[in-house]
Amino acid sequence: MAPANRSALCEIFVTVPLDRIRNFSIIAHIDHGKSTLADRLIQRTGGLTDREMSAQVLDNMDIEKERGITIKAQTVRLDYKAKDGKDYVLNLMDTPGHVDFAYEVSRSLAACEGALLVVDAAQGVEAQTLANVYQSIEHDHEIVPVINKIDLPAAEPDKVKAEIEDIIGLPADDAVLASAKAGIGIDEILEAIVARIPAPKGDPAAPLKAMLVDSWYDPYLGVVILIRVVEGTIRKGQQIKFMQADTVHLVDRVGCFRPKIEQLGEMGPGEIGFITAQIKEVSQTAVGDTITDAKKPTAAPLPGFKEVQPVVFCGLFPVDAADFEKLRESLYKLRLNDASFSFEAESSAALGFGFRCGFLGLLHLEIIQERLTREYDLDLITTAPSVVYRLHLSHSKTEDAKVIELHNPADMPDPNRIDMIEEPWIEATIYVPDEYLGSLLKLCQDRRGIQKNLTYVGGRAQITYELPLNEVVFDFYDRLKSISRGYASFDYHQIGYREGDLVKMSIMVNGEPVDALSMIVHRGAAEARGRHMCERLKDLIPRHLFKIPVQAAIGGKVIARETIAAMRKDVTAKCYGGDATRKRKLLEKQKEGKKRMREYGNVNIPQEAFIAALRMGDES
Amino acid sequence: MEGSLPLATHPSDPATGVSHAPGMAKELPGAIPAPAAGSLPSLEREGELALYVHWPFCVSKCPYCDFNSHVRDSVDQQAWRDALLRDLAHEAAVLPGRRLGSIFFGGGTPSLMPPATVAALIDAATRHWPAADDIEITLEANPSSVEAARFADLAHAGINRVSLGLQALDDQVLGWLGRAHGVAEGLAALDTAQNHFGRVSFDLIYARPGQTPEAWDAELRRALSFGTEHLSLYQLTIEPGTQFATRVAKGEFVPLDPDAGAELFEQTRAATAAAGLPAYEISNHARPGAESRHNLTYWRYGNYAGIGPGAHGRRDGRATVRRRKPENWIARVEANGHGIEREDDLPPEARAQEALLMGLRLAEGVDLARIAAMSGLSVGQLVDAAAVDRLARQGLLARDGERLTVTDAGMLLLDAILAEIVAA
Repeated sequence: MAPANRSALCEIFVTVPLDRIRNFSIIAHIDHGKSTLADRLIQRTGGLTDREMSAQVLDNMDIEKERGITIKAQTVRLDYKAKDGKDYVLNLMDTPGHVDFAYEVSRSLAACEGALLVVDAAQGVEAQTLANVYQSIEHDHEIVPVINKIDLPAAEPDKVKAEIEDIIGLPADDAVLASAKAGIGIDEILEAIVARIPAPKGDPAAPLKAMLVDSWYDPYLGVVILIRVVEGTIRKGQQIKFMQADTVHLVDRVGCFRPKIEQLGEMGPGEIGFITAQIKEVSQTAVGDTITDAKKPTAAPLPGFKEVQPVVFCGLFPVDAADFEKLRESLYKLRLNDASFSFEAESSAALGFGFRCGFLGLLHLEIIQERLTREYDLDLITTAPSVVYRLHLSHSKTEDAKVIELHNPADMPDPNRIDMIEEPWIEATIYVPDEYLGSLLKLCQDRRGIQKNLTYVGGRAQITYELPLNEVVFDFYDRLKSISRGYASFDYHQIGYREGDLVKMSIMVNGEPVDALSMIVHRGAAEARGRHMCERLKDLIPRHLFKIPVQAAIGGKVIARETIAAMRKDVTAKCYGGDATRKRKLLEKQKEGKKRMREYGNVNIPQEAFIAALRMGDES
Repeated sequence: MEGSLPLATHPSDPATGVSHAPGMAKELPGAIPAPAAGSLPSLEREGELALYVHWPFCVSKCPYCDFNSHVRDSVDQQAWRDALLRDLAHEAAVLPGRRLGSIFFGGGTPSLMPPATVAALIDAATRHWPAADDIEITLEANPSSVEAARFADLAHAGINRVSLGLQALDDQVLGWLGRAHGVAEGLAALDTAQNHFGRVSFDLIYARPGQTPEAWDAELRRALSFGTEHLSLYQLTIEPGTQFATRVAKGEFVPLDPDAGAELFEQTRAATAAAGLPAYEISNHARPGAESRHNLTYWRYGNYAGIGPGAHGRRDGRATVRRRKPENWIARVEANGHGIEREDDLPPEARAQEALLMGLRLAEGVDLARIAAMSGLSVGQLVDAAAVDRLARQGLLARDGERLTVTDAGMLLLDAILAEIVAA
């Protein structure tokens, strides 16, 4: 069917019969070929001509393409004439691919009845894949295993099949062997989707009940909302209600992506598509909310709604103080499209004015930071990431006892008032080749981990650890990667708050506390971390004309100390008439460089020192 | 108070920028200020012009050298003589009416210049500008037997001071430094030089990899025993783009640790001072009164004309630089009558910066009032007073009224100090 005819058909206000709909997502580890497979499916079903296909259509943002991860959920409607001679509508839901976006993933999965499990024929099953498979199974999905990249010389499809059966416990006999890159097995995948993934259910006559799967800001359309209709019908001109937000809107567009935007008259049960309703800010649309008819509402909202809360916080400060307003505007713009991060103005004695920002996780933090740097051309200083602590305060002369949340170590109240501090814990699942297991266990132990499980599958170990999140935001990924030469994979979910013996450690340079470097640490680890931090700073802060003490302290007590010796020699040996110009230019450059440093107690700390100091590197 | 004389403050003609036809040169007021009473006695040469002549050719390139030096199979001596004379005539035309205090033949290896060319340039220069009675005319020379054989002719041509590139008193080190001469040959050349020239200086390179304080002490004592009035003692610096820089990058040798270099520097200052040749500049030591008058002009930010490939000049705040590559320079002279690549009027801030970064190298320091008058800025605009006070409390600077000096303790940290205090 040509797109023109299709549009005409849609204008006659028909919803697609339930038995002709298949909704599925693709579960895959990074680099296992999810995007390439999606592209192939779009191409095969005629969604785009070859000329229109730019590689990896679904990942719109540069960062998504570069990192191979999906940040926003997206969907594409494929028209497929199956071997049974019937026309089907296949909705491919591209889910965010990282643990930081676990809740978004769960909503995307809830919008589908099945999933393709794509496993690299050479790499096998990875931890992250596993977590998504479990989520998918929890949603009662029918899972179709696809073994991808079978054309690679290192491909071992039989071994991977056995892994799928052993590790995941899914039958893999009828796994589809494919190579998305080479176009092998694409038809078989499409047939398997039709034959094995169940059709959705739902009553078109019931009151409207649809799930808000995701939303984003489009400069032309305003906020675009991705929905899955569960019951009833949604159409243009309808008054709808967001049940959690308790707001009412008027639908002005209903449509789908093929992947190009196409307007539809209406959507019935089982269908996935988008609506617009003259909404200006993404923050008005909560992922997982239930959309119903304002006049004839459904009885109860969909289960599983959660308000998204940032779990990792850090300060972002412009290197050049003059960029503060630019940073504020850029953050507003980013938030238009990502309601899951928060920010509020913060001022630091030495870093000046900036923002305290909250993120879903470390990757989310990195993505925002990278977009600010790259898309908005900002030079930033990022302070040490911190998790949210719960402080139980005893009563004071003026205040009653209470529990407060602490996002910023700089805001730590008087320690005498703190009865108890709680910190968030996670359960981590790590997959690691056997030879790196020893170092990995040591890393987890060093980070106060509690081992819950250890099993072997083939040459690999799967370990489950409970870990304090603050130990993980602290360069855990980097260490994990370097210990395992990149072979370990890691996944986690939060398991609640536990009491911890935590203290605020300050770093002082030439007697002055450097607020951006203060952090909350476990008392047992404080001395080692403080010593390490002082050693790092000793190397990172250039020598000055005087000697500089660098100290780590808890309260008034110094727990580690290093001294940066005074500079002994910085002079040009030869300088005659021909050198005046060159020397002047050097001097100007030197003065320019100093502008990019931060001054604490007459000590200039280069920006790189902050970044490097916070990336702790080789401990232990 | 020290003489707060402005350097000649007339601007160069903005309309023509460069050249005034001979005879059309304007009579400029106050071109040559008279020495002021109370200024430093032996060093008062303000208002005099210094002339620098660059001879870019060397027999071979030394591995540590980043100067504008080139190795060529043959040099058309007649063409070079003519070109240098034309380049000189241009400077004389745009900067008339000055008294010539010094000439310096540098390079490259100017001791390879035909003495007749040297003589012609000295004659021409002193015809263009009246020479001071005690004009200092220095030539840099390699201490080889070939060159020593020309010292008599060079003295006859008018050279009255030589600066010998002795560099080390150790044959092995000389080989490592890429020098063609040995110690014996070098000392013979020094002897010859002392016989022909009234004033002799020589260079040594120290703070070499692995050099111990004891070894340097012995070498330095020997150097002082030859009785020259002046010594240039340079710490080895690995300059980008040199053979040494590549070798360091490859890990073939490790430069001496800066802290060890600092020890040697202090040792050097103590030994030379005790021998009666105190440091008057970071790397230069002289018997009082025997300082290099020419180089003092640079450090005191006086006027200097620079001719020849890559030579820089400063004419009353106007910076000139000539084309660097010998062939390009000579082509430019033949086409334009001078070898200038570009010339710029330096803004007040740049002039002040240069005056400070050059002047603070000297033991005598700078007169801030003089630099203020010269640049048109106020004293407050020159230096960050708070930073000066802080560094003075630390003992790295000394300020007495408008005179600012870097102390012995601060001299080795000059570059860092400049970055702290230079305000403009």
